[in-house]
Amino acid sequence: MQFFLDAFRWLLDPANYVAGGISPLPIQDRIGEHLWYTFVSVAIASMIALPLGLFIGHTGRGRQFVISFTGMMRALPTLGLLMALFLIIGATVPFTQAAFVASIIALVILAIPSILAGGYAGVESVDPQTVDAGRAMGMTEMQILLRIEIPLSLPLIISGIRAAVLQVIATAVIASYISLGGLGTVISSGIGLNDNERILGGAILVIALALVVDGFLALLQRLVTRRGSKEARPQNIDFRRRSFGSAAVAEEPVNERKRHVQSKK
Amino acid sequence: MIEFQNVTKQFPDGTFAVKDFSLVLPSHKVTVFVGSSGAGKTTLLRMINRMVNPTSGKVLIDGEDVAGLNPVALRRKIGYVLQATGLLPHRKIADNIASVPRLNGVPKSKAREEALILLDTVGLDRSLADRYPDQLSGGQQQRVGVARALASDPNILLMDEPFGAVDPIVRLELQDELNRLQGEISKTMVFVTHNIDEAFAIADQVVILRAGGEIAQVGSPAEILANPADDFVETFIGADKGKRTLHLQRREEDGVTLIVDAEGRPAGILGEDKG
Ligand SMILES: Nc1ncnc2c1ncn2[C@@H]1O[C@H](COP(=O)(O)OP(=O)(O)OP(=O)(O)O)[C@@H](O)[C@H]1O
Ligand SMILES: [Mg+2]
Repeated sequence: MQFFLDAFRWLLDPANYVAGGISPLPIQDRIGEHLWYTFVSVAIASMIALPLGLFIGHTGRGRQFVISFTGMMRALPTLGLLMALFLIIGATVPFTQAAFVASIIALVILAIPSILAGGYAGVESVDPQTVDAGRAMGMTEMQILLRIEIPLSLPLIISGIRAAVLQVIATAVIASYISLGGLGTVISSGIGLNDNERILGGAILVIALALVVDGFLALLQRLVTRRGSKEARPQNIDFRRRSFGSAAVAEEPVNERKRHVQSKK
Repeated sequence: MIEFQNVTKQFPDGTFAVKDFSLVLPSHKVTVFVGSSGAGKTTLLRMINRMVNPTSGKVLIDGEDVAGLNPVALRRKIGYVLQATGLLPHRKIADNIASVPRLNGVPKSKAREEALILLDTVGLDRSLADRYPDQLSGGQQQRVGVARALASDPNILLMDEPFGAVDPIVRLELQDELNRLQGEISKTMVFVTHNIDEAFAIADQVVILRAGGEIAQVGSPAEILANPADDFVETFIGADKGKRTLHLQRREEDGVTLIVDAEGRPAGILGEDKG
């Protein structure tokens, strides 16, 4: 208990927030860096994984390949990947840039599978009859995607991004291993100084940051959950461990509805 | 005029939904496909707007092979009421009705105005305009489906069991309404049902289908009633059980004259001629 009290006292000490302190202080700068790494890597991962996921969901093509490929990506140990990337990239670009680029690449690779799964599970969860109706009205495939599939799958798309953000926030701590900033520096400096307050304080900061950002995204997800779209229940969809599971969860209600429609005839 | 020329559709799993089907559907007339479930009615309908492409044979609209037409443009010119209504769940009723005009670039306010008029046309209250599909009853949803199909004022109207989800009384009303509407707009209409009475109520031309889209008989309701082609058609229209041969039966206790079928089931009462 005393541990925690000390950690909180350290966190609440105004001296730790004064600008110009020596690293890892001031704390708000490290939080800012941490958020920045998270933002950059999730944004890049989204730019790669969302179009791909939407394409797979819409066409059903390449699904098997991409699922096994991202399954492999999940199996990569992020820390090992980071070190390898750092060595490779460090050979070509200056040290500080290499650390940043290597960290971002490692985090992007970490984030892609969840976002991809959210994308295709989302599109696949849209009632096939609604898509059929759009096509029958004379929508182009692009219009079907933009006006029907994406609006109806936004909750699942965002829950994929949420999962990715949580993973990245938790994992960005390792950037400090290659002397980059972020909240990891608080923890590693604590380890270096044998200072438990800092180690625990840093960990608490990571958790708090994750909770706040996730809460914000949960709110966003709520706002975009429209009529007709699946209630996205991220707790049922474990994006982190099972790439197949999410799709299976998303598919089940669709089948249910098909049955319902048939029984109506 | 819509013309099927030796059309066959075999689905990838091997099912022949339609086999060597040929028929002319005259312009400005109502053609009704009747047949039991799985007879290939929906498949025939969807080959007209290229939602299904024939395995062999041709579908012509006014002499032009639809296979050569751009499917998106073709579908926007053909009104289609889907068997399962297919309303977009995330759009309000008015926006659902305005879907095709909006795709064709009609401004939002004008499209909405027209949507409200269409709500009147199909007998729905304008207050439903800002509801979502899941806030409507099944029958109301089906009427919205009809309104949506009418929205771009298409020459051809495909209706796949549009009145399947309404009670018999409303169904009769809707059939009357459709007849009235057809009197005004006179579209080339293709209507699918498995209810033979509904077919007789609205059709200029009735097409009775066996499994595999095989035509058992084509003709006007009167022709088919008068001369059923074979046992299948007789069974289908209920002539075998004498349902179509009616007799008068006077009830002694109150003097009412009943109309009964061959099995003695009452079909109606004889009214006084007003005049
Ligand atoms: N996409 C498909 N793939 C394989 N078979 C299909 C497909 N669509 C329809 N069929 C089959 O083709 C046949 C005709 O189907 P269709 O939907 O045209 O019947 P229908 O007359 O409309 O029946 P219902 O009255 O039940 O709507 C059926 O045997 C059906 O199983
Ligand atoms: Mg059908």
